[in-house]
Amino acid sequence: MTITTTKSAYLKGIADGAPFILVIIPFAALFGLLATEAGLSVIEALSFSVVVIAGAAQFTALQLMQEQAPTVIVLCSALAVNLRMAMYSASLTPWIGGAPLWQRALAAYLTVDQSYVIAMAQYEKAPKMTIPQRMGYFFGAVTPIVPLWYFFTFIGAYLGARVPDGLALDFAIPITFLAMIAPMFRTLAHVVAAFVAVVVSLFATGIPYSLGVIVAGLIGMMAGAEVERRMKRRAGGPT
Amino acid sequence: MIDKTTLWIVIIGLGLGSFFLRFVFTGLVGNRAMPEWLLRHLRYTAVAVLPALVAPQVLWPNATGGEFDPARLAAATVTLAVGVLTKNVIGAILSGAATLYGLLYLLG
Repeated sequence: MTITTTKSAYLKGIADGAPFILVIIPFAALFGLLATEAGLSVIEALSFSVVVIAGAAQFTALQLMQEQAPTVIVLCSALAVNLRMAMYSASLTPWIGGAPLWQRALAAYLTVDQSYVIAMAQYEKAPKMTIPQRMGYFFGAVTPIVPLWYFFTFIGAYLGARVPDGLALDFAIPITFLAMIAPMFRTLAHVVAAFVAVVVSLFATGIPYSLGVIVAGLIGMMAGAEVERRMKRRAGGPT
Repeated sequence: MIDKTTLWIVIIGLGLGSFFLRFVFTGLVGNRAMPEWLLRHLRYTAVAVLPALVAPQVLWPNATGGEFDPARLAAATVTLAVGVLTKNVIGAILSGAATLYGLLYLLG
């Protein structure tokens, strides 16, 4: 499907976001379930998912609140887990910075790992898309994801249905992220960036509040940028 | 039991804070040009952050209490390999899931 209009961009976004439905449903239901087990009402669990839409940060906050951690610690830890969203925001800016403010604000609210990676893969693959097409694509990609995040938080909280352990659903997220990332390895610089980030992340697991991901991500980005600079210089281009 | 006031402070604070993190660059920088060195780094955000996010989960999954699990490592490897070779996202997800379930069943 080629993108020729804002509408076709939106539709392609929906198609590319659809595989994530399989991930979002168990993840959202699990949050709903754990939230009710922690004593939240259905409405409170649903509000949490609607206001925050950030799986990992929500699980972190819930866990710490159950441990009766001070409110400031709960907020700082959960926001640290979400700090990568600022990196996503910076990375999206060259592509959608020219869109109207209300669209950027809406896209910001809807920026999650899935929508970010879907959008970046498409923007890099088709750099000639116009800004309205890019926004249409972004909103398309979240259309099958975010409403289901709300809905299955509600279902999980309402039914309290147990997600069976035997399904190994914990691994749905690593698999979908790896599958999304794989086609983005277009140059040596991309491969080096990922490799360095992975190695650092394995050594950085001891850093508290998930800040290891941020450190690993930044060092990986620096490695990728440096390889790109050297490759350009060797090719005789500007450095 | 979680205190209700604490809960709502956390929900609203985390909502506002998360929105700020997501909006800080797209919203405040907008269309202004960013320096080339910064853009060059940002091109590698996705391929650095997401693998760093999943790598510890691949080697030391929470589900096994942090024990190394050959089925999960194999599933991750197959997903990545199929994704790189075919550039087909859904194909990569299905191959990875098939590997995971197949090995969990065989090694079960």
